[in-house]
Amino acid sequence: MLLIAENLVLSRGGRTVIDGLSLRLSNGEALLLTGANGTGKTTLLRALAGFLPPAVGEIRIENENDDRELGELCHFVGHLDGIKPHLTAVENLAFWAAYLDGDSSGNGGDRLACALNKFGLAALADVPAGYLSAGQKRRLALSRLAAAHRPLWLLDEPTASLDAASVTLLIDAVNAHRADGGLVIAATHLPLAFENAKEVRLGPKEKAA
Amino acid sequence: MQTFTQRLANPTQFMGLSARLLPWVAGLAAAIIAYGLYLAFFVAPPDYLQGEIARIMFVHVPSAWIAMAGYALIAVSAFGLLVFRHPLADVAAKAAAPIGAAFTFLALFTGSLWGKPAWGTYWVWDARLTSVLILFFLYLGLIALRSSIDDETLASKLTAILALVGIVMLPIIKFSVDWGNTLHQPSSVLKLSGPTIHSSILTPLLVMGAGFLVLFVAMHLKAMRNEILRRRVKALQLAEVARAASQVVAPAE
Amino acid sequence: MSGFFTLVGRDLRLAVRQGGALGTALGFYLVVVAMLPLGLGADLKLLSRIAPGVLWIALLLSALLSLGRVFESDYEDGSLDVLATGPLPLELVAAAKALAHWISTSVPLALLAPVLGILLNLELVAYPALVATMLIGTPAVSFLGAIGAALTLTARRGGLLIALLVLPLYVPTLIFGIAAISAMLGPDDVAPPLLILTAISLGAIVLGPLAAAAALRTQMQ
Repeated sequence: MLLIAENLVLSRGGRTVIDGLSLRLSNGEALLLTGANGTGKTTLLRALAGFLPPAVGEIRIENENDDRELGELCHFVGHLDGIKPHLTAVENLAFWAAYLDGDSSGNGGDRLACALNKFGLAALADVPAGYLSAGQKRRLALSRLAAAHRPLWLLDEPTASLDAASVTLLIDAVNAHRADGGLVIAATHLPLAFENAKEVRLGPKEKAA
Repeated sequence: MQTFTQRLANPTQFMGLSARLLPWVAGLAAAIIAYGLYLAFFVAPPDYLQGEIARIMFVHVPSAWIAMAGYALIAVSAFGLLVFRHPLADVAAKAAAPIGAAFTFLALFTGSLWGKPAWGTYWVWDARLTSVLILFFLYLGLIALRSSIDDETLASKLTAILALVGIVMLPIIKFSVDWGNTLHQPSSVLKLSGPTIHSSILTPLLVMGAGFLVLFVAMHLKAMRNEILRRRVKALQLAEVARAASQVVAPAE
Repeated sequence: MSGFFTLVGRDLRLAVRQGGALGTALGFYLVVVAMLPLGLGADLKLLSRIAPGVLWIALLLSALLSLGRVFESDYEDGSLDVLATGPLPLELVAAAKALAHWISTSVPLALLAPVLGILLNLELVAYPALVATMLIGTPAVSFLGAIGAALTLTARRGGLLIALLVLPLYVPTLIFGIAAISAMLGPDDVAPPLLILTAISLGAIVLGPLAAAAALRTQMQ
């Protein structure tokens, strides 16, 4: 599949945050959004997820045999983890997997265990998420990526509060997803070691990727 | 060639046009209301039951009409904002809310004053008064919602959604209040008038209604102008801040 | 549609795990109803006459109390963003959350009403009518309330504002709820008020999610 953004103008609260940005991303590619605070990294990700309609320009996806909308093809992992403290780690994940796949049959036990394992949470599966540390919660949020299949990953500062070992887990997951033909877009202000990723530096003058 | 509405949609054109129109509209309102008051006090006969006091209806009834028309205007503006993204729609909706609320209050206040001699008490849960009271609550809700959201774009859209919910619910509320009223007090409500109103009363009423309508238009035009000017001042201040920020950064580079 | 019930199920499970919200609403209901005889005097005839109205109004206030949380926790912890990327349109997300509120709060409040009726000397024959009208009428409470909850998500003074925005919308439900009870106990025909009450609830089930989703979408940008 191919993700194309053309001539995007995004504004929030009456202020133009992104002015004339174009992107093009195809199977297996990764894109890093970098730039100082307030340059519109989160705004761009929210637009790509379909939350914020662009003032000008368009975002479209070219995909044979699939006409779902962008919002339904992407995983959005934002600043906030979307985790309920009163549910256990595996319950949190099971809900998101069932909800995002639109399937409540509940026969995804293996997939859930596998997803937790990928992010080093297997031992914490039955612990209420409220007891998890910030980094563990972050990993639980990221394990959504493995629990439900979505071709496009939108990650906003995915490494926030992660230690070095967890960052490696994330990079492994990203590499596996890309090897599978998936797309990854991550906003970050720290260097992220994705292999030959494109980079767009947001700021006063955007450059097209 | 732009159509009339397209020209009106442009705030600059609107400012020019409204500046020329406003004195005439205001003058017209004053003239019609003066004529209406003359008719109300000197031409219309005193009510055979209530005497002179019934003349308060010439303020009360038009106020209630304008109260309803104001909410309808807000709902239409809300629709214009959400569906057509008309640039002046939100200005119109925002400007109309306090004016509409004021006319609603005027209707309630005069109704209450009229109630004392007519019903012996300042307030009766009469179906019409109750409906107007709930309309007043809806106005208050619009104003309160807008004032508690800082982001103006967000506030305008959310207020518009509330206005549309309100216009959907209003007929249902009116219907239920009428129903509840007939159920609980079938005949205690004093009828304001017989089945037909005599023209000596109807004419001043309609003249006053027209006068209030033109007055509303004049006040609304003025309020819209104020709102546009306020937004321009805000935009200028923001531009000033942005320029100052860039000047501070520039020498350092 | 299965995502819909997954979401309803999660919200119900959260309501059970957290526990506090329902207890607070029920407690508030009890306290408000108990305050009335203290304020009005313990005239049993008067109390039994006004009991249906008091129970309905106190129920509306108690439900309002818990409405603020319908979208708030999902908005604050980022779940709403993820919910929006699911296969459900936001309208159905709002509907699922309103339905979960109805099951977890409005229904228990309606079931508590007869118990509180004892405090107000409500006649025994009125109990089935009271509960029936409340069960039929309260979907409107949850679904119209969802509009207020969504509109005030990012507003300052959210809690008080919800009451101001939503209570006027409850007027038809209140009036026809009371009318249906009086009709059941009196000589009047029960069908018209009960059917209208049903219609209001059905209308609210359509209008509420539409407006709430529009409000949520605006605030998620």
